[in-house]
Amino acid sequence: MAKHPVSLTVNGDEHDLLIEPRKTLLAVLRDTIGLTGTKEGCSTGDCGACTVIVDGKAVTSCMVLGVTASGKEITTIEGLASDGELHPIQQAFIDTGGYQCGFCTPGFIMASKALVDENLDRTEEEFRHALGGNICRCTGYTKILEAVLQAVEEIRATS
Amino acid sequence: MKNFEYFEPTTLAEASLLFTQEHAQLLAGGTDLVIGMKAYTETPQSVISLQNIPGLTGITADTDNGITIGAMTKVREVELSEDILKHHTALAEGASEIGSIQIRNLATIGGNIAHASPAADTVAGLLVADAQVDIASADGERTVSINELFTGPGQTVLKPGEIITQFRLPSPASGSHYIKHKIREVMDLAFIGVASAVNLQNSVIKEARIGLAAVAPTPIRATEAENLLKGKISTPELLQQAGEAAAAGTSPISDLRCSAEHRREMVDVLTRRTLQIAIDRA
Ligand SMILES: Cc1cc2nc3c(=O)[nH]c(=O)nc-3n(C[C@@H](O)[C@@H](O)[C@H](O)COP(=O)(O)OP(=O)(O)OC[C@H]3O[C@@H](n4cnc5c(N)ncnc54)[C@H](O)[C@@H]3O)c2cc1C
Ligand code: FES
Ligand code: FES
Repeated sequence: MAKHPVSLTVNGDEHDLLIEPRKTLLAVLRDTIGLTGTKEGCSTGDCGACTVIVDGKAVTSCMVLGVTASGKEITTIEGLASDGELHPIQQAFIDTGGYQCGFCTPGFIMASKALVDENLDRTEEEFRHALGGNICRCTGYTKILEAVLQAVEEIRATS
Repeated sequence: MKNFEYFEPTTLAEASLLFTQEHAQLLAGGTDLVIGMKAYTETPQSVISLQNIPGLTGITADTDNGITIGAMTKVREVELSEDILKHHTALAEGASEIGSIQIRNLATIGGNIAHASPAADTVAGLLVADAQVDIASADGERTVSINELFTGPGQTVLKPGEIITQFRLPSPASGSHYIKHKIREVMDLAFIGVASAVNLQNSVIKEARIGLAAVAPTPIRATEAENLLKGKISTPELLQQAGEAAAAGTSPISDLRCSAEHRREMVDVLTRRTLQIAIDRA
């Protein structure tokens, strides 16, 4: 089957690739481009570990065919830090202990990033509900919520 | 996933022609199709993406025709649309019940309906909006009422080559509400879904529409209950009669998730509850 030319912008870098249509965006990011920060958990849309931001929206990259992402702008966990400085959400996960094994963390951080970019004025309950598509088997979620709320405060204070 | 040829047509005619070929499948947001392909329950030889066809996305409102929703509109957009929240609250609520935000940013309303899952969360809201489904193919266009679209679980009247282009919602409701009966707060499929919509005039129910999902081989309107309510003033007894009539009109199945008896009982309960909230909102 024919491979397709695909141009993606990932974390600001352009990639011109030839890919098989059956490759998911997740596989393209991890295997073709080599950005392994994005994780594959369930592969069925249920766990959120593969969350990346495409044209400003958080999506589960295991559900997206790579060919359909041509021309789009993608941000992964590797693209959050700038000039060697972590994004406030990343820093808050470290400060609060919002991770244990860390497998769910990139997904939680990318989902949270899209949420705070959209609207900082969410209650804890609203954040909890909005992050319902991300699963963590380690932390019990309390520290994750703490991290997100701390990051919101930090972003408010500096913006 | 089996390999396949991938097409990205830029016109409906081209897409329709490709779609008439054997073993072809349409791709919208991919949240049903990609899962199916990963599980090898779907093994298309060609996959036709609708994403580059102009005119299939977005929500427009005008005074003559009501609200129109393009088939490729993401359910997240349906959930957040001011126009839909105001005139078709039950549909916005249904959209907001699908999966997670990450799924709703991918899933389209056209895919949710075309896939024809009995538990699809936008179907009850579209039923009570009396939605008209516009369909295009290489042979021309036709319109089917949402009532007549489904023929069984996973089955619709859509023929090979036919593509849903938009949903037209000509009949706003002054109050409506959707309840998804489920266990988990998010990321769960509905045991049943119930939507009610009403228009009131001086407290009299001018019109009531009740849509039920996952209680019969196809989604249904509870027409007997609707007729009972018409022209009356809401009382607890009236709502109870409506709930019972709605439940009597269902033919649910028992499955791993819950029993037929429970489904029927919950139709009664949730019909009353959604009607009460729709009336409070009207
Ligand atoms: C983790 C997860 C959780 C979910 N939870 C829910 C839930 O709670 N409630 C719920 O209702 N759904 C749920 N879903 C399913 C829901 O995401 C889909 O039904 C979605 O709405 C389908 O739209 P799509 O654009 O992704 O369709 P696709 O997967 O792209 O297409 C699905 C089918 O519809 C056909 N199709 C698509 N567009 C058209 C068109 N315009 N005309 C004709 N045929 C068309 C295609 O041929 C294909 O067979 C969930 C899915 C996942 C992965
Ligand atoms: S790996 Fe994509 S949602 Fe779990
Ligand atoms: S930290 Fe281990 S899965 Fe969340």
